Formats: sequence, structure tokens, C-alpha cells
Amino acid sequence: MILTKAQYEEIAQCLVSVPPTRQSLRKLKQRFPSQSQATLLSIFSQEYQKHIKRTHAKHHTSEAIESYYQRYLNGVVKNGAAPVLLDLANEVDYAPSLMARLILERFLQEHEETAPSKSVINSMLRDPSQIPDGVLANQVYQCIVNDCCYGPLVDCIKHAIGHEHEVLLRDLLLEKNLSFLDEDQLRAKGYDKTPDFILQVPIAVEGHIIHWIESKASFGDECSHHAYLHDQFWSYWNRDGISQCCGWCGTPGLSNSSASASQSAGITGVRKHFLPGILMKCVCK
Amino acid sequence: MAAVLESLLREEVSVAAVVRWIAHSTRGSEDNPGEAAALSSLRPLRKEFVPFLLNFLREQSSRVLPQGPPTPAKAPGASAALPGRPGGPSRGSRGARSQLFPPTEAASTAAEAPLARRGGRRRGPGPARERGGRGLEEGVSGENLPGAGGRRLRGSGSPSRPSLTLSDPPNLSNLEEFPPVGSVPPGPAGTKPSRRINPTPVSEERSLSKPKTCFTSPPISCVPSSQPSALDTSPWGLGLPPGCRSLQEEREMLRKERSKQLQQSPTPTCPTPELGSPLPSRAGSLTDEPADPARVSSRQRLELVALVYSSCIAENLVPNLFLELFFVFQLLTARRMVTAKDSDPELSPGVLDSLESPLFQSIHDCVFFAVQVLECHFQVLSNLDKGTLKLLAENERLLCFSPALQGRLRAAYEGSVAKVSLAMPPSAQAVSFQPETDNRANFSSDRAFHTFKKQRDVFYEVLREWEDHHEEPGWDFEKGLGSRIRAMMGQLSAACSHSHFVRLFQKQLLQMCQSPGGAGGTVLGEAPDVLSMLGADKLGRLWRLQERLMAPQSSGGPCPPPTFPGCQGFFRDFILSASSFQFNQHLMDSLSLKIRELNGLALPQHEPSDEDGESDVDWQGERRQFAVVLLSLRLLAKFLGFVAFLPYRGPEPPPTGELQDSILALRSQVPPVLDVRTLLQRGLQARRAVLTVPWLVEFLSFADHVVPLLDYYRDIFILLLRLHRSLVLSQESEGKMCFLNKLLLLAVLGWLFQIPTVPEDLFFLEEGPSDAFEVDTVAPEHGLDAAPVVDQQLLYTCCPYIGELRKLLALWVSGSSGRSGGFMRKITPTTTTGLGAQPSQTSQGLQARLAQAFFHNQPPSLRRTVEFVAERIGSNCVKHIKATLVADLVRQAESLLQEQLVTQGEEGGDPAQLLEILCSQLCPHGAQALALGREFCQRKSPGAVQALLPEETPAAVLSSAENIAVGLATEKACAWLSANITALIRREVKAAVSRTLRAQGPEPAARGERRGCSRACEHHAPLPSHLISEIKDVLSLAVGPRDPDEGVSPEHLEQLLGQLGQTLRCRQFLCPPAEQHLAKCSVELASLLVADQIPILGPPAQYRLERGQARRLLHMLLSLWKEDFQGSVPLQLLLSPRNVGLLADTRPREWDLLLFLLRELVEKGLMGRMEIEACLGSLHQAQWPGDFAEELATLSNLFLAEPPLPEPQLRACELVQPNRGTVLAQS
Repeated sequence: MILTKAQYEEIAQCLVSVPPTRQSLRKLKQRFPSQSQATLLSIFSQEYQKHIKRTHAKHHTSEAIESYYQRYLNGVVKNGAAPVLLDLANEVDYAPSLMARLILERFLQEHEETAPSKSVINSMLRDPSQIPDGVLANQVYQCIVNDCCYGPLVDCIKHAIGHEHEVLLRDLLLEKNLSFLDEDQLRAKGYDKTPDFILQVPIAVEGHIIHWIESKASFGDECSHHAYLHDQFWSYWNRDGISQCCGWCGTPGLSNSSASASQSAGITGVRKHFLPGILMKCVCK
Repeated sequence: MAAVLESLLREEVSVAAVVRWIAHSTRGSEDNPGEAAALSSLRPLRKEFVPFLLNFLREQSSRVLPQGPPTPAKAPGASAALPGRPGGPSRGSRGARSQLFPPTEAASTAAEAPLARRGGRRRGPGPARERGGRGLEEGVSGENLPGAGGRRLRGSGSPSRPSLTLSDPPNLSNLEEFPPVGSVPPGPAGTKPSRRINPTPVSEERSLSKPKTCFTSPPISCVPSSQPSALDTSPWGLGLPPGCRSLQEEREMLRKERSKQLQQSPTPTCPTPELGSPLPSRAGSLTDEPADPARVSSRQRLELVALVYSSCIAENLVPNLFLELFFVFQLLTARRMVTAKDSDPELSPGVLDSLESPLFQSIHDCVFFAVQVLECHFQVLSNLDKGTLKLLAENERLLCFSPALQGRLRAAYEGSVAKVSLAMPPSAQAVSFQPETDNRANFSSDRAFHTFKKQRDVFYEVLREWEDHHEEPGWDFEKGLGSRIRAMMGQLSAACSHSHFVRLFQKQLLQMCQSPGGAGGTVLGEAPDVLSMLGADKLGRLWRLQERLMAPQSSGGPCPPPTFPGCQGFFRDFILSASSFQFNQHLMDSLSLKIRELNGLALPQHEPSDEDGESDVDWQGERRQFAVVLLSLRLLAKFLGFVAFLPYRGPEPPPTGELQDSILALRSQVPPVLDVRTLLQRGLQARRAVLTVPWLVEFLSFADHVVPLLDYYRDIFILLLRLHRSLVLSQESEGKMCFLNKLLLLAVLGWLFQIPTVPEDLFFLEEGPSDAFEVDTVAPEHGLDAAPVVDQQLLYTCCPYIGELRKLLALWVSGSSGRSGGFMRKITPTTTTGLGAQPSQTSQGLQARLAQAFFHNQPPSLRRTVEFVAERIGSNCVKHIKATLVADLVRQAESLLQEQLVTQGEEGGDPAQLLEILCSQLCPHGAQALALGREFCQRKSPGAVQALLPEETPAAVLSSAENIAVGLATEKACAWLSANITALIRREVKAAVSRTLRAQGPEPAARGERRGCSRACEHHAPLPSHLISEIKDVLSLAVGPRDPDEGVSPEHLEQLLGQLGQTLRCRQFLCPPAEQHLAKCSVELASLLVADQIPILGPPAQYRLERGQARRLLHMLLSLWKEDFQGSVPLQLLLSPRNVGLLADTRPREWDLLLFLLRELVEKGLMGRMEIEACLGSLHQAQWPGDFAEELATLSNLFLAEPPLPEPQLRACELVQPNRGTVLAQS
């Protein structure tokens, strides 16, 4: 399903400084009933991540952390059962999971001798039962389950989506009798960077020759498209030594500059299986 | 000039400033003002500095290299550049600084100087600058051309004539032969500066017969049998009936030939004999003076001069890089110092008046200076061939004076792969018959066709006769073949017959005169020589041996004149003997055409690729192709130049004055035979100088004396000079010319500038490179120049004179006693072990020749097919071995490793050690690869050849082709396998070991058996991501905060758990992390159910989940945990303080569901009683509200007290316990 750029921008417009909560998503769904929840969530997540990238730094100054921590402490002293941390995050326009991490880190600094390692914190976020303070554990847990853009659960969902679509893609390739090498085989052959699949015999889709396929379980907005181009596609290109163009399913119409490099080339039979909002890139000769 | 050098030595100006001053006259402003002022006054002398410096050094070294090997030790120096330099050794000039340039002094000093060994060195303003007759035929004409010859080393012909030099001392001071350099330019001829004069050892031949020719360049050919007689008056010494050859000369030639044959030692020349030692023996009689770094006098001065000298070399301000290197090597290997009569040993080293004391006061000085210069040119040295590097690295003087340089050279030697073979082309090469020239359709009439056939036969007859006889003493080309050739040419009446014959001639020329092996083993356009392919390995040794035996011991010093070695002599003599105008014209046409065609050939350009291995192989092919094209071009251009300038060359001196003007006027009307200027310009623009310039140099080397004066050619020379100046070796950058490409161009250009016919003033008169030149060449992005097309083999093939450096070093080694130098080592024939039993060398060679002959008789496509098949099958064979034998070995390695790990237990041992053990066990199996490979090629090749050749191919031809293909493929595959199989096995085993060890490492249990979906599964279950997302929504609802109207319906919950079951049963999309999260979420969900925290949609009164529903949901969860989850489920989380704490918030607290859950867990075996007890126990440690702790304790006791009860009882129990109060009361 191909979203127009205008549609995409309309959705993105609604997402400006909206907290990443269940409620926001529900409102979004009511506003755009024609879009599936997955698409909306994906766009939401993407837009929100951009927002966080921009504002991340200001929440990480030591003054900010200190003031958040004090507010948290005051809040829980008043009422430990109230969603103190979640409200705080929404109030200062920061992702709840990230806020939880911030406060947890600060809390551990205060209570432990040494600065907590990243892995300890990650593990506590994955399983708040490990947090020594019961109140904080509940607060953190609340943040995590209420955050629809960040946090271990969201990460897991994203990862699962990626995996699922790789499987779908593989099934489709098998079904279409296309001979391919998957990532594991490529790695065994010594490729350092590999796309998901390299077709052993190229195919033509809507006039484009497709040599390899990479499926991405996130929404393909322009920004991430460019980032992917840089991180991955050129390195595939360098290794395969072929020219490329990318076709994305579920990609908003791209501006002229990148349109030349990424013409939309949906793959018949693939597109209908893909959830809208899941992009797929095909690299063509 | 001297003033500049002195101010430098006095440190008034810096070296950099001087070099800048020389290189760019106009940019003096960059210098510091003081320096600029000091130098600007000397501006008019600027371009004379380099010649002065070179001459100065040569002169200074004269005591060290008094008789020296035939070296260009004396910088010829431009005479104009040295207007009356302090003629002769420094002693002569002492105290005469004020009269540094007395115009007449030189002649007299030259005559007096006792040590003047080289004519050119001290030329005064004599009659001298006449340059006529110094062409290629100088051997003939030189006698009346004083002063012309000394500049060619080769000058006196063959090596080892020093004794004669001695026996003929008058030559040295013969004013006619050593005319003083004209310091006052008297006329056009006189303005020519003297140019580099190579010390010319006097040849026996000439010293006996024609003393006056001693210093002229040698005859054009070094092939003795065809050497033109010195008495011949025809341009090439061959046009005349043989009668005029004197008997004595023939004897002379005979002697020379014999001495050549006898001279098995590679030493090009006799070691430096002492003055007056009549018969120097090679090694014994000379006592070398040891060089000691501690005894160097005036270090600082030497360093400075060395620096200036090096900078001049680096900036390409000297005409010939290799000539200077040769000189430096001579200094390095100087044997002893001649005691100068009036030497002044007590000169203080610090004396300011530097030029007054000799620069080189001892051997130590010389060696120190040489090492200083060599240090600056390490890059060039490191690109010399491996043999030279070895000799350099082993040179004990170098080690002594600069261990650092020696270390770098050793490293370069060890890393070098530049083995160079300089074997001459074997003269007897199979005569090829070109079927396409026999085609009747190409002839106007049957008669012409048949005549041509006959001519062919005559031609080959002549050729064979030449092959048989040309090495016999006393055989004469003209006498033996001249009349037959002329008769044959007479038959070529029709014009088209001429063109046919010329085509044959040219093909034959190309075929015969390409050097074998290495760079150019093939006839152009055809794939690599079968002979060299077949024999690549085996014949290599033979060739190396042959090279030692047959390679000319000296190619004539560092600057030999153009020659026609080997078979080329036949073609040269043929042209001369035929003396047919039509033939020459057709030949020029044909050569020009072919040159244009080859020069324009689109050579594959190197594309940078990050693949290793294979692309390297491809690139070698391209390099080989380039070498073939380049060598062909050089050959063709040489003959074109030879024929084109033939009519203008004669024995008479170059005309002067009005006569010259009229000749110039006339010649400038004649269009050039080939528009070389345009080709050069295009070549430079297209960045193909590396292809164009080398052949152009060959062409120009045959030019007559008038040619450089013509505007057209003058332009060419100026372009070449600018190119030469721009090829600064130290400037390397992306997209610019490769180092070895530059080196090749520098070598050929340097050689060209030393050719007698090239005006000597040309090099030094030319202003610095104009910037426009750089702009000219920025056209295409990547020209051929930027591609690494030149390797050492090609460099040395094109410029064999670079090999003189090696000979010089070898000479040193052979002269030093107690050294076992590499050069003199015997060749111990060893058999190659790679391929096992091999047919003997001779039968191999015969086989190769048979294959060659076979292809000659077949269409070229057959050869291409066979080579293609061999190529591909060989390559496939290697891949096949990799996939089968090597893969098997890797599997063996893996199982061996497993055993090893089992027996050795946990520690397993050091991986490196394990690898060693495995490799030592497995690598021997690699030997099978050869047998397998041979079998593979045997099996696969015939089919491929069959499929690719026409159906109609006769059976015998087919089977021969198949056999050759099998042979070539096997050769290729086995060569690769025997060289690489062990490394390959090692690499693969290493990868396997690290893989196995890694897999061994962290989580062996995690790889337990996992069930897939059932066979009937159609993978329609909801996606795990969707489920996690849904459950997360429920969790967030339950945890809050939530709007009052939010909640879930019990049906939804039930449906969700149903879906979870489906997903868990269809494993298609499930990845372990997703399953883990699902498990964790399901436990959280259970805790919320137990604590009754899930908001239920529905009538407001209900709001809470009904008991029965909750229990049903818990049952579903229990069954999922029990049946469907394959990973571990973190059930202990149910009893984590946080989840149990959820109960604390509910009022009234209800414990029955928790108790139910715990019992079921035990019942289903999901958790052990002990485990639960432990969890409950740890719960007590947490901080709870008082009443909650109490209730918890009760629950704990209740659970512990109860024996496992059958279900009905439990249910009954629950049914009668509507609330916690009753439960607790009952217990």
C-alpha cells in the first residue's frame, strides 16, 4: 500500500508533541480510520523518534535529571500509587520509558556504591521485579507498558515484525520459485554486510531489475530512507558492484531528489502480503 | 656556476633555494631575500648549473674511477653551460676562481691532465661541436667526427677492452678525439653544449684498426655477423658488396664474437684495472680499499653536495636518472683511489673555499657520498628488480655506511616479487604460416597469387638460412643472401604484391622479435603463448639457465645506442639488402597503419575493485596485454624510424651554415611519415603517455641530425622535455601516473636524450616545465597512465640498460674476495616437486613446440577455444576441489575437534594449538588435490572442447585440441593447487575451528530440540508482534492510568489467549526473543488476573472479572505454559514482591486465586513445591503493611500444610470460601 506524501504529512502533523501513549494512538485511529493501526503506529513511532532525537539532549543535562528525580521523589512521597513517573514524562514531553531509565539510573546511583552498568539497567527495565525499590518498580513498569514508541516491549515488537517479514518474504520467494541466498548463507560465504536476500537470478518487476531484497520493518519515510541508503545500501552496492534503485512498499512519495534513487517498485504478490506501513526495498540494477 | 656551488657550500644559500632556483627561474621571489639576491645575480647561469654540477662530480670522481668501468662518469655537461669551467681536476682550477671561465683554458688543461681519461670530459672550444656522423652509423663515420663518440658507453662496442685503453694512451689526449669544449660559441654548431660524455672504453676492434673511431658510437647492430664494416660508406654499412671488408676486421669480429661466447661470467666488463696493470685479473690481483665511515673527510660538504645532487635528480633536472644512479653505484663500488700526484691531503675539512679541495679525497668520501644520494632515492631503488635489490642489500659498504638504508633495502628485497628475466629472444623461432595471407581472393590475378606464394617460400628460405648461419663467423648477410633478396624483390612487380609481402614481413617481424616469456611472449592479438603457458613453470628454469648462458653480458652500458638485437638484425639487414624503394614505402605505410591501430587500442582500464585474489589474476592478464601492445609498438616504431630516416642518414657530417638552412627549408616541406606530434599530443591528453611515449622514443632514436632542428620535431622534443620534467617520482597522487609508469618514461626519455642525434643543448636550454603542460593533461579521469600497467619485467625489457646497475654491483661482488655473491652462484638444477613425475625438460619443450606447430596450422579460433576451455576448466577445477576435498577435510576437522574437546574436557586447549594439530593431520591430504584436479580436467575438458568446436572438425584435430586443453587446464589447476592448497585448507580449517569453538561457548543448552509447526499447519496464526502488542495494551490498561470508560471484555481476553495458543503452536514466525516476551507478558497477565486488577468492560456494577471466568483464563494460561511454550517461562515472577504486591492494593484482598494457581503449578509440574516455598520464603523479607504480611504468612502456611489435593476437593474448597476471611478462618 502506497501512502501519498500528503497523507503521510497529514498524519505526521497530528503527531506533533503528542505523548506516545495508548490514548494518543487511539485518538489517531479515530482520526484516520482508513489507516491500519500498524501503519499509524509505525508512523507515530518514526515521528516520535525524530522528535526525541531532537530533544534528547536537553533531558540529559545533570540539572534536568536532578530536577526530574526530585519531582519524582516528591510525587511518590505524596502518593506512591499515582502514575508519577508517567505524568512527569508526559509533562516534560519525553518518552516514558526513557524517563524511567533516567530516574532508575539516578536512583541506582544514589543507592549503590558504583555507577550501575548499562546491562544491569537494561535487565531491570526488562524485568522491573529486579528493581530493589517496590514503588519505583511499579512506576517503571507503568511507564514501559504505557509507552508505545520506546522500551523493551516495543523493541521486541519491532524485532518480531522484522523477523516475521523476513519469513514472509522468504516464503514468497520460495513460492515464486526464485532462487536466492539468505543472510546466513551470504555470511558463510564471507560477506561482511549482507542484504536479507540476494537473488541468484535477477528478476524484473515493473521494469526494474531486482538483484537483491532487503525488508525493513519500519516505516520508510524520507529520512530513514536516506539513513538506510547510507548505512546499508551503498555498502551492498559496493560489494555487488551494480547500480541500484530502491522500490519501497508503503513509502510515501519521495521528494524529487531521492525519487531518482528510489522509485517505487512494488513487487506483485509481495505487496498484498505486507502490512501497510511495512516497507520493503528492492534494489534493482 | 662554481660560485653557486660555493655559496651553497658556505651555507649562504639553502639547498632548497638552489633547487628552486634551478627548476623555476621565475619564482625566485619565494626565496628568502638574501638567498634570492645571491642567486639572482647568477641568473644567466641558471641553466648551466646542472651540467656544471654533473661535470664537477664526474671530474671529482676521476681519481676514484680513473679507468673505471665504462661509465658515463663524466657528466658531459653542456659546453655552453660550462663556458670554460676550470678545466680538469679541481687542482687545475685552484686559485683561479676569478677566472673561472677562461675560454681557452680548457683545451690546454685537457691536454695536460694526466688523468683525463675521457675525451668528452674536457672538451675545449675546439673544432669540436661538429656532430655529423654521430648517428647510428658512427662506427663507420666516426673517424672524422671528433668528439662525438664519447658519450655513448656502448661507444666502443663490446666490453672488456680496458687493457687496450691502456695500451693506447695517446687517445686520451688526442685533441682531435677529445676536442676541447667550445666555451665561446663560435657558430650554430658551436653553441651546442657538450653533452654528457660517457667514458668510452676503447674497443679492441677500433683501437687496432681505426684509432680515430674510438669514441664514436658503435654501429647500429651488435649482431656481429651483420655488423657493418667500418669501411663501408653506405649508410648502413651493408649496401656494398662485401669485398671491401678487410680481412683484419673480420678477424676482429671473430675475436670479439669468441670473447663474447667465452664470457660466461655475467660481469659486463672487466673490473677496473689499475693504470699500468696490463692484465687485470678479475678478482685476485685487486685489493679493494676498505671504506670506513669514520674516515670520511668533510662530511658536511659531501652531505650538502649530495643533497643538491639528489634534489636535481629528484626534480628530473638531470637528463638521465639511471645514468646518475649508475654513476652513484660506481662511486659506491669504487675499488681504490688513485694517488694523485699533487693531492693535498692536509687540506682542512672545514675549509670554506670548498671548490679548491677535492670533493672526494678518499674512497670513504666516495662511498659516503654515494650512500647519501642513494638514501634519497630509496623509492627508485626499491622498485628495481629483485636481483639488484639483493645485491644492494648485501653490499657491505652500504651496510657499513647506512644500516638503516640497508635494512629498508633488505625489507624491499624480501617483499619484492619483481623477478626479471632478460633473456634474449631465441633467434630460432618457429616460422609461422599465416593462412589468411594465402587467400587467393586478395590477389589481382592467379599469376600474382602464385608469384607471391613463391616469394613467401623465398622469404622463409632466406630466413631459415639466416637462422642457420648468422652466428657463424665469417658469414655475411649481404654476401650470402643479398642477391637472392634483390631477385625476389624484383619479382614483386604488382603494387598489391608489395603490400602482401609487407604484411607478411611485418607479421613475421612481430612474431619473431617479441621477447619470450615474461612480458611479451605472444604475437599481438593472440592469447598468451602456448609455449610459455605450457611450460610456464618447467621451462622457466630452463630459460633462466639459458639467460645466464645467452644473455648478452652487456647491453652497452647505461646508455647504449639503438640496436637491432637478435632476429631484428635479420629484418634490418633484409631491408638494407633489398634496397627497394617500393618495399620501403609499403613497409612504412603498413607500419604506420599498425602503429596507429595499436596506439589507439582501447586497453582495458583498471577498475578498482575490492575483491582480492581473482581480480588480481585478471589484472595480470591486462598487464600482460599492455606489455604485448607496448612491445609491439616499440618494435614497429623502431623499424618505422629506421626506414623513414634511412634516406637522410649518411656518413658525412651534419651540414652547417647555409647548407643546413637550405636542407632545413627543404625538409620542413616533407610531411612526416606518421603524424607523431598529434599522436603524442593526444596521448598526453588522454593520459596514455605510458603507451605512446615509449614507442615514440624508439621512433625518434633513429632520427637523423637534421630532424631535431625541424620545427615539427622540435615541438615533439619540447613536449617530451616537459613531460620528463613533470614526472617527479616523489609526487604520487590519486589518479596520477603510477610510479613504475613514470620510471619507464623517465628511463626511455633519459635514454633518448643521450642519443647522439638529439641535440645536446636541448635538454638544458629548455626552460622549466610550463604550467600549461599540467593543464593539458587533465582531460580524462583515469587514463592508462594511472593504471599499474608497467611492471619490472616490462621496464627491464624496454630498458635493458637499467640492468647495468645490477651488473655493476655484481662486478663488485665478484671482485671482492671471500664473498659468495648471489650473482656468481651456480645454478643447481632441482626438479619441481609440485606436479610429481614430469616428463623430461626436452620432451616437454618438444611437446610445447608441437602444440605451437599444431595451432599454426589451424584457424586462430581453435587456439582461442582451447585456451578458453583450459582457462575455465582449470578455474572450475580449483573451485570443485574447494567444494569437495577441502569441504570434506573441514568436516573431518570439525569432528576431530569435537573429539578433542570431549577428551580434553572444558579447557579444550589453546585454539592456536588445536589448529596446529588439526592442520598437521589434515594438510597432508591436500596432496590428493593434484590427483583429483588432474582427473577433473581430464574428465571435463574434452566435452567442452567438443561442444565449442565445429562439428566438422576432423577427429584427429579434435583429439589433439582436447589433449592440449586437458594439459593446459591441468597445468593451470595444478599450479594453483600445488601452490595454494595447504594455505587454503589451513584457512578453512581455521574458520571451522573458530566457528566450532564459538558455538561451543556460551549456551549449549539453548540449542535444545525445538518443535516446528505441525505438518498440517498453514501458518495462519496471528503474528507474534501483533500478540505482544495486544497483550501490552491489556497490561497498560490494567496498570493504568486509564479513562473511566476503558476496559477489556472477558471474551476479548479469552480470545487473546486462544490466539496466543495458536501462535505458539505455529512456530513459523516466532523468534526466540518474541517467545520470551510473550512468556513474560503471559505471566504478568496471570498476576493481574490473580490480583483481579484487569478492568472489565460491561455493566458498571460488574467491573470485575467473575471468579469462574478468571479461573478459566488461568487454566488456559497454565495449559499454554505447560504445552505450548518451548522456551522457559519465568513463572517465579508470579511470586515476585511486585506482583504479589498487586494483591495488597485490592480491597478486600482475595487469596484464593493465588492459592489455586500455586496448586495448579505444582499439579502440572510447572513449578516444584520447593521452588514455590523458596519464593514464598523470600517474600517475607520484603516490607509489607502489617496486615498484608500476616495474610501472606497464613497463605504460605496454608500452601505448605496442604498435601497435593485432587482437583474436585480444591474446587469444593474454593466454592465454600467466598472470601478471604472464610478461607483464613477455615485454615
